[in-house]
Amino acid sequence: MSLQKSKKDTIDLSRRGFMVGTVNASLLMAFAPAALASVQTAKVALTEKAFSPTVWFEMNGSGEVLVNIARAEMGQHVGTALARIVADELGCDWAKVSIRHVDTDPKWGYMVTGGSWSVFQSYKPLSQAGAAGRTVLIDAAAKLLGVSPDTCEAKDGLVVSGSKKISFGDIVTNGDVDRTFTTDELGQMPIKPADKLKLVGKDTRALDIPAKTNGSATFGIDVEVDGMIYARPVMPPTTFGSKVTSVDDTEAKKVSGYLGHYVLDDPTDTCQGWVVVTANNYYSAVKAADALTIAYQKGKTAEVSEADIQARGKALAMDPANGALFVEQGDMSQAREQAANTIEAVYTTATASHFHLEPVNAVAYEQEGQWHVHTGNQWQSLTLPRVAEAAQVTEDKVTLHQYYLGGGFGRRLYGDYSIPAVLTAKAAGKPVKLVFTRPDDSYFDQPRSASTSVFRASFNQQGDFTGMEHTFAAGWPTKAMASGFLADAVDGKGKIDPFSASGADHWYTMANHRATAVNNDLAHDTFTPGWLRSVGQGWILFGLESFIDEIAHQAGQDPVAFRLSMLDGKGKQGGSAPESVGGANRLRKVLEQLQAKVKNTPLGKDEGLGFSVTAGQERTMPCWIATAAHVHVNRQTGDITLKKLTAVVDAGIVVHPDGGLAQLEGSLLWGTSLALHEGNAFENGRVKANNLNAYTPLRMNQVPDMDIEFVQSNEFPVGLGEPGVVGVAPAISNAIYQAVGVRLRDLPMRAAQLKEQLKA
Amino acid sequence: MAAWAANSNNTPDRYSHKGTNTMIEFTLNGKTVRTDVTADTPLLWVIRDEFNLKGTKFGCGIAMCGACTVHVDGGAVRSCSFPVSLAADKSITTIEGLNNTHPLQAAWIEEQVPQCGYCQSGQIMQAATLLADNPNPSDEDIVNHMSGNLCRCMAYVRIKKAVKRAAQDNQNAVQTYTPETADKEA
Repeated sequence: MSLQKSKKDTIDLSRRGFMVGTVNASLLMAFAPAALASVQTAKVALTEKAFSPTVWFEMNGSGEVLVNIARAEMGQHVGTALARIVADELGCDWAKVSIRHVDTDPKWGYMVTGGSWSVFQSYKPLSQAGAAGRTVLIDAAAKLLGVSPDTCEAKDGLVVSGSKKISFGDIVTNGDVDRTFTTDELGQMPIKPADKLKLVGKDTRALDIPAKTNGSATFGIDVEVDGMIYARPVMPPTTFGSKVTSVDDTEAKKVSGYLGHYVLDDPTDTCQGWVVVTANNYYSAVKAADALTIAYQKGKTAEVSEADIQARGKALAMDPANGALFVEQGDMSQAREQAANTIEAVYTTATASHFHLEPVNAVAYEQEGQWHVHTGNQWQSLTLPRVAEAAQVTEDKVTLHQYYLGGGFGRRLYGDYSIPAVLTAKAAGKPVKLVFTRPDDSYFDQPRSASTSVFRASFNQQGDFTGMEHTFAAGWPTKAMASGFLADAVDGKGKIDPFSASGADHWYTMANHRATAVNNDLAHDTFTPGWLRSVGQGWILFGLESFIDEIAHQAGQDPVAFRLSMLDGKGKQGGSAPESVGGANRLRKVLEQLQAKVKNTPLGKDEGLGFSVTAGQERTMPCWIATAAHVHVNRQTGDITLKKLTAVVDAGIVVHPDGGLAQLEGSLLWGTSLALHEGNAFENGRVKANNLNAYTPLRMNQVPDMDIEFVQSNEFPVGLGEPGVVGVAPAISNAIYQAVGVRLRDLPMRAAQLKEQLKA
Repeated sequence: MAAWAANSNNTPDRYSHKGTNTMIEFTLNGKTVRTDVTADTPLLWVIRDEFNLKGTKFGCGIAMCGACTVHVDGGAVRSCSFPVSLAADKSITTIEGLNNTHPLQAAWIEEQVPQCGYCQSGQIMQAATLLADNPNPSDEDIVNHMSGNLCRCMAYVRIKKAVKRAAQDNQNAVQTYTPETADKEA
């Protein structure tokens, strides 16, 4: 079972050639379709635009380099990291590099920003593209200088040969470049070994930060177009099956600025039972929407509660026959039959909301037959076809314009919020800016599904651990929104959402191990389950890494020693080059390093130190992290205080080290927030907490001390955006157990529950 | 046909009641401005959509995230929940009004604070009122003052560091008269 298949669908740079040519006094460097790269010269193709050139970077006569970025910027400073990769191989002057986030066009290839994939997927192709560009610059420079290319070196925007040198800008101005690399030639282009890197892995400042300190960074919500009207949707009582039976706008008409309302008829079925109010300013749209009296025929989930979803998940998860086999190692059935003793535990996580701070929004209009949508979006290639379907046009008649995202976290993967904007603009015949209020946004969120995980461990006569069964049920975002990415079960029977199963295929060597993924159908009937930062790892690792402690205690072993004994890197746990080279051995090392780091932590009364190891985001791209949580429990109130988080991280080469650290700081706090502060609940078919008066993400006064250490590594870079999230909750639960002997198995971990269990 | 220009600032008939409401006058980033929007319109939408200053952000609408924080006569106010009528004859400052010259803005870059950046205008405006009253805040002062501002990316560690840095830079830049040093110099 691997994500490789689905991932390949998103990397098409590997199937392309590369062209470098002088066009209009600039040097254009572009990936090109393999077929074309073999029949036309670069200059002709780039000049005549015989194809739609994917211009990845271009250099002008001053040696300034512009790198196009097809990934969404949502706080990870992705453009900086990707441009550093190109610039390092190219040998240009970093001070002369700028970036541009592009709109949707087929030339950019498949556009998605998620899964912590951006650097991981781009590292090799962008390095090779940079190297190809450097080769061309050196060849041109050698001609201009009258020397052999072998004597030349490119660095800091110059090509140097002995005492002679020429700037990149002068090469562009005076050289005549026309060079094509076939797919094979590009694929064989050697990339710099880690010790030769000058920009990658070195400190720098993120290019997007200055605009984010003075209000000038433009987010989707900041877009205005001439003649636009404002719109606010009214959320239906159920996500699915709601129908509007009547609308009375008598009161709305008293709101000055109210223009009217539309009952949406949506070919994509995204908006079922939606009314959208339009007004000539946003606040009037907000007030008028509140003033409407709408009668609905509700969908069948109008009474569904969080408890119903959990009960359904538990009923399904108790019997693995309801699921699809994700891991089958050894003979678990036999291990269980022969067991002298077994333990079982059920772990749950509550519904969790994204609560990206910029409520979802979009500006939409049609102009000369082309639909334009202005919004921040992570997965344009998923969103665009649905927008076209909503507008009833072909996909080439839709352009998505990209902006900074006021938080992505997975909510802006599928940009379904574009659809009501397009439908309203179509109905009104005018450009529409549709903005969700915070409660609207919460109801239209694709929340992280509630989950239920059932664990059973077997032990022999001697009390040794002999095998683990793990069955986990939840709503699956990939099934709900991108079913083409579902994977086959290991026995070929049934489908699995790989993003909702990843992590259950852990790196421990276990003689017998079975993991089964179960889809919670009631979750799907009630809402659209979402990809929330770290997706399935978020609920799977909470249970898994807590239960590993339970197994260790049952076997009479120290939890860290028990983990180390199973992290032997044998067999399938040895990893594979380049992305998971070293396998479990690297996980063992980070845990050993962490153990040494925290061994002298003084523990007061009712304090504990809990551990976890994680390898998010998936086995084909593991970021090796060991996390320790130092926790204090107040026995009277049940209050849990997270005093400190310590993490040791091996992410291979970290392209933008300070950006990587920022991702770890943020993701560890996300893990803390989901462990202790954030939980939503369905009530009457919708989420109960729809704003900050009820939903309570972590604030500055709740931030623990943090000590984050990156292992110096020259291995292939892996994604860093999500993996830090998942180890925190189990480390806290393990620490609580050590502190007061209570095992909390429900996320978020609440004081009331801890107090209750302390009494019992 | 004219192209739709993003961020253009003209929707002349945005308020159909134009002329029927009382004119409200206030100072916005040092300039006198007037608007005749309905009196209960939150200042946030007036700043963003009437005067096209988009740096002030909409987050929760109930004064609990701080993304919309501006200064009203020097105090931090959540503009999403502040009717424009209350702004009459007052002085309003937004992030744009700091003119890229506030020490916090430099510190924000120095500490590489923003991730997605959406909350940062509000964070900076909130922090500015702390430093105005308390040029040398303790960690606890900072936490107390800033905990009403949500950062969903959770860049809190850096926000705190940047506030401290700005305070420090300010201390270094400003010669403060104290009797002690005056004595020494004398």
